[in-house]
Amino acid sequence: MNVSRSVIVFLLCGVAALVVYPWVGESFYIELVMRMMIFGIFAMSLDLLIGFTGLVSFGHAAFFGLAGYILAIVTPESGPVSIWVALPLCLAGTAFAALVIGWFSVRTSGIYFIMLTLAFAQMLFYFFNENSALGGSDGIFIFYKPTIKIAGFTLLDLDNHFSFYYFVLGSLIASYLFLRVLLNSPFGQVIRGIRANEARTRALGYATFRYKLVSFVIAGTLAGFAGFLEGVHGGIMSPAHLGWHESGLVMMMVILGGMGTIYGAVFGAFAMVYLQDWFQDLTEYPLLLMGGFVIAVVLFLPHGIAGLVHQISSLLSGARSGAKDNE
Amino acid sequence: MSETVLKTVDLTRNFGALNAVDSVSLEFLSGQIHAIIGPNGAGKTTFINLLSGDLPVSAGRIRFKEKDITDFTCDQVSQAGIGRSYQKTNIFPQFTCFENCWTGAQSREASSMHFFRPARRLTAVKERTERALELCKLTHCRDTVANAMSYGEQRQLEIGMMLATEPELLLLDEPLAGMGIDESLQVVELLRELALDHTLILIEHDMDAVFSIAERLTVMENGRVLKTGTVEEVRASKAVQEAYLGDGHEADQGE
Repeated sequence: MNVSRSVIVFLLCGVAALVVYPWVGESFYIELVMRMMIFGIFAMSLDLLIGFTGLVSFGHAAFFGLAGYILAIVTPESGPVSIWVALPLCLAGTAFAALVIGWFSVRTSGIYFIMLTLAFAQMLFYFFNENSALGGSDGIFIFYKPTIKIAGFTLLDLDNHFSFYYFVLGSLIASYLFLRVLLNSPFGQVIRGIRANEARTRALGYATFRYKLVSFVIAGTLAGFAGFLEGVHGGIMSPAHLGWHESGLVMMMVILGGMGTIYGAVFGAFAMVYLQDWFQDLTEYPLLLMGGFVIAVVLFLPHGIAGLVHQISSLLSGARSGAKDNE
Repeated sequence: MSETVLKTVDLTRNFGALNAVDSVSLEFLSGQIHAIIGPNGAGKTTFINLLSGDLPVSAGRIRFKEKDITDFTCDQVSQAGIGRSYQKTNIFPQFTCFENCWTGAQSREASSMHFFRPARRLTAVKERTERALELCKLTHCRDTVANAMSYGEQRQLEIGMMLATEPELLLLDEPLAGMGIDESLQVVELLRELALDHTLILIEHDMDAVFSIAERLTVMENGRVLKTGTVEEVRASKAVQEAYLGDGHEADQGE
């Protein structure tokens, strides 16, 4: 589970660009990049399931939206809530939801797993959609961003766009590193075995159900973390955030970005969010162009954007150092 | 004398009206190579599938040492100390040879629910992996992706992964299937080596191999045990000759 050195160099350049961007970019695009990073975390969490555990979840937005709603519920109308209260509640809430949904879904596989995760997510969608106390289909506002204080001293002011940007960037990097460490752990070895050949993994002595369930809970909780950030960023949570449309969108990000690489999911998120915006400016039929883009990637980039990045960066480093660090 | 390691009592498995395995009662002695032979459809693989927990039992019991393992799932059977190799190569195709064996070796840790420490630092797992690679004679292609290995090497890996779990009892379902003569000889040699400190239950169609390494033979037909005994006893059995060896020259030599 190693990333080639040339890709690491590419990723570091990407991080450097993201660090510099708020100083040079327009504020509209800074907002857009924040959205890309949040969806990057969301998509990475799904790649843990699709690309590494072999669980194609079609209800992953349930956790994304649920965390946002929990944030909305615990944020009073009178003032901000402490992040030390809000974040643990959001994560615990999504972890619990993932445990319940996973408990039923993970014992199935293939098309049945897709249907079950979709069904559970739609149940949550309709719960929030019909619940007038929580804003119904209009959604619910989050009037104040959480505070990050220790002993009365503000560590980071999320109301400040600058510091919130870096909070999101830090979260993106931390989530990536977390998943890398996770995949290199004994647990990571088992879930990759499950994806490659579940029957054999079981025959070698692993109770695979447990590992799949834990993977599902970790992925759901990380999606919840992304949903928390989305709630803070957007200031509003609506049922659309947990609908199947959103689940499909994040799945496309993972697939187009390149499954089973983690960083590919981030590329996918960046590309999709950017193109959504660009196509909207370009034409009245943005989804038509989006469809064309999806078809083009699937046809011409079988390993997604990550595959392209891998090729380009190893070509570049090959030209520079005589193919030394090609894999 | 050696003791009984594995024992089945009236073990039965039916698929609808068909009794694929029909009240089979057998004892397997510690340290022996016990081969199960019989025509296609005799129920040999189904029998192994019952022992390994790949298939649930319809009736009867299985006892492994002091434990009743009748209702064990296949991961529990593996944890109890029974390893299994498959007739149809069943490996992790995208993993390297080393990673394939590693996955087997790591299953002997108390738990793999560790999320933050690097797996490759588990020295005990590493040792088990290397030992398995050495035993199945694949050290030279440890970093080759399994997909890219020859068929014979994949068959060896199939056994290597099982060995990495350090089983006491090995269930080998046609380990020689589809192998060339040289590869076959190598695997037979390996099985002999393994028999020194393992108990082997072997399904095999290659009769030369079976007669050369098996200490005990069971002949199955239509889900039932036709005869169990030493190689000589089985060869001499009239019933076996009629049912199975009758039209071959092996039987003629026996007379």
